[in-house]
Amino acid sequence: MSKTIKTLGLLALTLCAGAVLAGPPVGGELEKQATNWHAIIMFCLFVAMTMGITYWAAGRTKSTSDFYTAGGGITGFQNGMAIAGDYMSAATLLGLTAMIYGQGFDGYVYMMAFFAGWPLILFLMAERLRNLGKFTFSDITAYRLDQGKVRTMAAVSSLTVVCFYLIAQMVGAGQLIKLLFGLEYNVAIVAVGLLMMVYVTFGGMVATTWVQIIKAGMLLAGGTLVMVLAMSQFGFSFSTMIERATEVHKLGSKLMLPGSLLADPVTAISMAMGLMFGTAGLPHILMRFFTVNDAKEARKSVLYASGIVAYFFNVIMLMGFAAILIVGQNPEFFEGGTIGGKLIGGGNMVAMHLSKAVGGNMLLGFLAAVAFATILAVVSGLALAGASAISHDLYARVIKKGQASEADEIRVSKFATIGLGLVAIVLGILFEKQNVAFMVGLAFGIAAAANFPVLILSMYWKGLTTRGALAGGYSGLFSAVFFVVASKSVWVDVIGNPAPLFPYTQPALFAMPIAFLVTFLVSKLDGSAKGKAEIEAFEDQYVRAQTGFGAAAAAQH
Amino acid sequence: MKNPIYEKIRNNPKFPQLVQKRSRFAWTLSAITLVAFYGFVMLVAFQPATVGLALSEGSQYTFGLVLELAMFIVFWLMTWLYVRRANGEFDALTQEIVREATRGGQK
Repeated sequence: MSKTIKTLGLLALTLCAGAVLAGPPVGGELEKQATNWHAIIMFCLFVAMTMGITYWAAGRTKSTSDFYTAGGGITGFQNGMAIAGDYMSAATLLGLTAMIYGQGFDGYVYMMAFFAGWPLILFLMAERLRNLGKFTFSDITAYRLDQGKVRTMAAVSSLTVVCFYLIAQMVGAGQLIKLLFGLEYNVAIVAVGLLMMVYVTFGGMVATTWVQIIKAGMLLAGGTLVMVLAMSQFGFSFSTMIERATEVHKLGSKLMLPGSLLADPVTAISMAMGLMFGTAGLPHILMRFFTVNDAKEARKSVLYASGIVAYFFNVIMLMGFAAILIVGQNPEFFEGGTIGGKLIGGGNMVAMHLSKAVGGNMLLGFLAAVAFATILAVVSGLALAGASAISHDLYARVIKKGQASEADEIRVSKFATIGLGLVAIVLGILFEKQNVAFMVGLAFGIAAAANFPVLILSMYWKGLTTRGALAGGYSGLFSAVFFVVASKSVWVDVIGNPAPLFPYTQPALFAMPIAFLVTFLVSKLDGSAKGKAEIEAFEDQYVRAQTGFGAAAAAQH
Repeated sequence: MKNPIYEKIRNNPKFPQLVQKRSRFAWTLSAITLVAFYGFVMLVAFQPATVGLALSEGSQYTFGLVLELAMFIVFWLMTWLYVRRANGEFDALTQEIVREATRGGQK
């Protein structure tokens, strides 16, 4: 096995090296070529380091528990870093900086919506997740319900979330890497897919976690450095910076006012709900709660993760405002050199241009490498969550009814990872020219409307039965998908119809109540003997959720 | 198929105490988070002008900016507060309850 890793590692390295030699960057500009080298060398260093970790992790990944949850041996701080890493994707770094740069205060409100879910996850979910779950969140929803049916549903909605999120990440990755490294789009997609398969199949959760931790550290260091260098240009005075930014920005004095992004209250609230509860329903985030030893460490994970996320969002806020002056007033970063025209590489490049302006090609290279590493780490976490839904839920529990051997289950999860990697590569290439922004919204919408309601009710509401959970979960899934498909972002922008069927772009405000209501009504109307037994079984589940008694065994294998 | 240890834990008068104390604490903090956050979103949606008001004449710090920064800090302090109490007081009580239920029996 170790030999294969070495070969694959070499393959990956030659892949990025080969692409450098392959020819001039797509953009064709001389200045970009120089930056490519810095970025590629730093990225190759990152890959070499993480391959070393994967090699080390492969030796320690023997049981299913090692593979899915790193044997429960991750500490609270490490897990906090990894959760923060999962949460701070390339879209966060690039998209939110661009949002502050373009929309000012709106971007900051958006950040709060991204953040506010974390305290709630801690207060209401973290401890119960850890006490009841083993490898996937379906362990909790299926705890006292029909294993086969409920797990199938949870796996279907998990995989749907994972697939949409994967496509969004892959397409973003391809375009970003094309721009930053001068790699061909397809080469970039294949590189991300292959590296991800290597990390996950050989290193399992141990490697995935460490890739995430290293990347989170790099992202924090890089972001902080850019922010400090940028702020130094204003004598570290926030007032001076804002005053001057307001003078030059096209929004003028409206820069610090809520604007177009949140103009409509329904959209604002629906978006806030989707982000808040979607976070609490993302399978790759929920899975992280099973990698720590007990509820104590699970709580600490959230404390560290939320601290890091809050800090980093504020760093991004400062970067975005600083970029209004440093990037927005520099003709070097605009196509044709016209200030106020189109930014070179598009709106998402604000953070990258800023790093070049304050720290030269070296810092740009570093941040570009971090962005690539970020995509790789997030994609790996997603693939592992998807693979565990296939192997742990569908294969071991639904098809084999709990009779599968550990070796078989691990083998299935490795095949599932490779399968998901191939699907991600193919879909990434197919969707190259599509606008995929709605897919992240869709992933959060499904997570909020299909995963979250059933998960929270299974932990808190005694009266939940299998029928209720199934009806609610599927109606949440289908209504979230329907509302997104019928909204402007798909019905008009992708399919090309003249007017949307559904007037809002955010599904959560509508799909979540549907899911909750259907779950509640169907459970209440369920008079079956099985339903009664399930309600009865809540008592024991409740004691375990509260005390963690019986949960320790789940982590020790 | 009720587990006898769970039965014992449930019958320990300290168990409802633990649950009640922790739930009250967790729900209070959650309520503060939800009210503050959705209050803020409503403010942004319905009173955008208020959000953009300067704290004092000529200051660049607006009401909305400072409020949001304060929310980041307070939310995080609340997670710290919860973790401190849950990992200290509540966990000690939990261990006590489990120990009493398993005394002389299985682990």
